[in-house]
Amino acid sequence: MKYIAEFRDGDLARRIAAQIAREADRGRLYNLMEFCGGHTHAISRYGIADLLPPAVRMIHGPGCPVCVLPIGRVDLAIRLALDQGVILCTYGDCLRVPASNRLSLLKAKAQGGDIRMVYTPADALKTAQAEPDRQVVFFAIGFETTTPPTALVIREAARLGLTNFTVLCNHVLTPAAITNILESPEVRELGTLPLDGFIGPAHVSTIIGSQPYEFFAEEYRKPVVIAGFEPLDVMQAILMLVRQINEGRAEVENEFTRAVTREGNLKAQALVSDVFELRRSFEWRGLGEVPYSALRIRDAYADFDAERRFRLQTKPVADNKACECGAILRGVKQPRDCKVFGTVCTPENPIGSCMVSSEGACAAYYSYGRFKDVALVAQAATQASFLDPAQAAAAVAANNGRNRQEMP
Amino acid sequence: MCLALPVLVVEKVGDTSAIVDLGGIRKEISLALVDGVEVGDYVILHVGYALSRLDPVEAERTLALFAQAAQFTAPESA
Repeated sequence: MKYIAEFRDGDLARRIAAQIAREADRGRLYNLMEFCGGHTHAISRYGIADLLPPAVRMIHGPGCPVCVLPIGRVDLAIRLALDQGVILCTYGDCLRVPASNRLSLLKAKAQGGDIRMVYTPADALKTAQAEPDRQVVFFAIGFETTTPPTALVIREAARLGLTNFTVLCNHVLTPAAITNILESPEVRELGTLPLDGFIGPAHVSTIIGSQPYEFFAEEYRKPVVIAGFEPLDVMQAILMLVRQINEGRAEVENEFTRAVTREGNLKAQALVSDVFELRRSFEWRGLGEVPYSALRIRDAYADFDAERRFRLQTKPVADNKACECGAILRGVKQPRDCKVFGTVCTPENPIGSCMVSSEGACAAYYSYGRFKDVALVAQAATQASFLDPAQAAAAVAANNGRNRQEMP
Repeated sequence: MCLALPVLVVEKVGDTSAIVDLGGIRKEISLALVDGVEVGDYVILHVGYALSRLDPVEAERTLALFAQAAQFTAPESA
């Protein structure tokens, strides 16, 4: 397909890789964070890590909305479906996120909850029109890319005067998360997370533009290169970052000029600010409470806010103790540092959120065989022994079977 | 979640919708977030909404940039 195939040319990718290797200074490390899960996925799927010289290290960021969604918010959606009998519509990605009491939206559906997967929020609105006697809640998640469509359906619901449609809003903001990482003790004080530059989001930036990243370049002296999600886009962005670092520059550069401008999509921005306002604080899985990092529905549209209609209160819930999603989302650990990665935690049976969405670092590593450093079989069995032994053994057996298939 | 794809607009449906072609699949999408989209344009499609119009000139420029990086490398790797 046009604008896809030509950005996946393997021969060109190898040549750009050779150029990166030639320009990268062997006497230093280039610690580059790709903020977005879309880039994490591309890096795993196309084997980009293997094309890079040892001096270039990719660190996976928290830009995966499913991964950063805290358990307490999923619990709210589950309770709405099971206790209040609403029709709960949401994107497919959300359905398998582990929540409290070993539930997920998918398991709640199996228990009789009316939970429906939608491709677009417009379908949730249609459901509300088709079922006027039922309350329909759209469980909205996503970064700036996904927020404008939610704003549009809220406005449309207001125009139609619907009284049975609300949105449970979990929309979060990219710049706030980047600031949180740059201000984290691992980066600022301990130095355990060296960061030399960022690959900036592709589709988020089509909406917000390249301008919001200028602050990070100026204030924190970190170069940012906005890149498309195709493998050649990522390779080119890495080359551009290596050049900036070599030359001591910290600027915002845009590799994804075919879709991103400095201003972004002003129409979408106006729409979002008409419907939403900043939350004072919002909990992120991994990052904890992050000030001004999420959106809530404005008073003018209060009738369409599920939190207000159903008087919802979010209760924070701790992650599974064995799960390292938090540290992985902060860039401090890699999936293979997690004891349950690939043993009991697999895409079929995710323990942590990073194994759920294909953009999660763990799911990306698992799906594309990037777990070569994990000692499998016996060690995996011991590590998993704190769980039910039969379950652990079954998980290890299933996992080994899969490894044999995927890693000839 | 931020998955979005470049699709070709093949037909306008009223002012705010269009039929797009996605590798042979035709689908109606909303143009409510992007003004001035015409038949023949490529747009980036996300959850049923066009987010931005693809700039063909900039796309060519980026491809040229790849070729340039590759060109320098060709003699050494050959």
